[in-house]
Amino acid sequence: MSIDRGDRLPPAFTTPGSASFTEFLASYAPELLPGRRHEGLVAPDAGTAGAHATTIVALTYADGVIMAGDRRATMGTTIAHRQIEKVFPADDFSAIGIAGTAGLAVELVRLFQLELEHFEKIEGSRLSLEGKANRLATMVRSNLGLAIQGLAAVPLFGGYDLQRRIGRIFSYDVVGGRYEEQDHHSVGSGSVFARGSLKKLWSHGLDADRAIEVALHALVDAADEDAATAGPDAIRGIYPIVAKVSAAGYEQVTTAELARHTEAIAAQRAARPERGGAS
Amino acid sequence: MSQPFYVSPEQLMKDRADFARKGIARGRSVVVLGYDGGLVFATENPSRALHKISEIYDRIAFAAVGKYNEFENLRVAGVRYADLRGYSYDRADVTARGLANAYAQTLGAVFTTESKPLEVEIAVTEVGVSQDGDQIYRLAYDGSVTDEPGHVVMGGDAERLGRLAADAWRPGLSLPEAVRLAVTVLGTAEDGTVRAIDPAALEAAVLDRTRTRRAFRRLDAEALAELLATDDEDDDQGDDGSAGTETDAGADAGDDSGPAS
Repeated sequence: MSIDRGDRLPPAFTTPGSASFTEFLASYAPELLPGRRHEGLVAPDAGTAGAHATTIVALTYADGVIMAGDRRATMGTTIAHRQIEKVFPADDFSAIGIAGTAGLAVELVRLFQLELEHFEKIEGSRLSLEGKANRLATMVRSNLGLAIQGLAAVPLFGGYDLQRRIGRIFSYDVVGGRYEEQDHHSVGSGSVFARGSLKKLWSHGLDADRAIEVALHALVDAADEDAATAGPDAIRGIYPIVAKVSAAGYEQVTTAELARHTEAIAAQRAARPERGGAS
Repeated sequence: MSQPFYVSPEQLMKDRADFARKGIARGRSVVVLGYDGGLVFATENPSRALHKISEIYDRIAFAAVGKYNEFENLRVAGVRYADLRGYSYDRADVTARGLANAYAQTLGAVFTTESKPLEVEIAVTEVGVSQDGDQIYRLAYDGSVTDEPGHVVMGGDAERLGRLAADAWRPGLSLPEAVRLAVTVLGTAEDGTVRAIDPAALEAAVLDRTRTRRAFRRLDAEALAELLATDDEDDDQGDDGSAGTETDAGADAGDDSGPAS
């Protein structure tokens, strides 16, 4: 970067107009964009080359949105990481969870967080929740080339809509399609099982405590059936990352609280140990 | 084709400097003061949207006087510079010194090569872990940089107000003390009389070192009024004052302002 050589700021910096960091990056240093870096790479089995992040669940509750993600990343049949984080604050009033190729997804999140902060600093006001969701769609779309080669990263976005005063959830596909989800949703390899669990346990107007429990139940059910998803690990003290987003902002649920919920869930399931683990 | 008249380089530079200085002195002053918990910025600015004080990065803020369109352009460039640097290295690698250098090169290049110098004066500031680590860089229209010790006044009658600030400022002021000093300095007329300034007509912000990531926080009229109203006997408990305002304006940094560009 020429800015490091002590020169005057290049024209790209002083060109008025865009409040988007991604657009600035695309014009000034496109090689830093996550999607561009591996262009031209042709490998049919690229999907197994990097670590894979798995299940994310999100659900609305009375005051906003809960998003939770397990801590496992896999590489083929091996566990690549036991403590990976897949749920992040996007800004003060939204959370983003990621599934898919971990390396790309984490970078996508970093760029998205910066995109929102950059807009806020330049414009002096925040993007609307819908605006944030649309920005994310554009960023996912720019990754399409890699997704086709098997390196897909699919986010789940949830946040508190300050205008409508409700929690909302948006899901994406690899081509950048943006879909608003009602009530709850899940992405990643264990999502089929998590979704079934959410369907049975979710109801309107859950309080925060119960909503966190529902999210953990869904992850436990996903871990039960999907090898790439980890359940809460009380022995190592590794619990899912659970985020609570409400009018008060983004808040990560503490380990102590998660330990309490995990114990309760374990006790509840131990009390009804039907074969096949249907409880 | 007529030959242009010969103008000596000294005369050319002097004319440009005079031109820039005149433009800068026309506006209202900005005061930056260090206090025990960070840095406080204040200026008279009735606009809620066109800011003279803004956030650049986690620990870095920007204050400017002069032509709005010119310093706004520099501000945006600064945000892009900081975000790009933080993205390609790490958030900890974005420093006020680096940014001040980039600004200095830019201002200097425009001053010598372009037809009109930028009519701006800017301060690039960073809070450290303690007051000793705070940095205030003042950049003039010609690209000259000065490292200011804890306080700076720019724009308007900067020299006179700067002396007032220098006489009254000391390290370890509490936030209410620093805010009161800043507002007193802004309101002091040439004959020494101090006029009261309505908090609604002030733009003020702090870089608060106690905040975890983004240290920048605007002080709205309500928070300012509260800080200004703190009685003198409360000064010993300056910490109470600063803690009290945190809850007032802490939640939403962006909500009080419309689009600024």
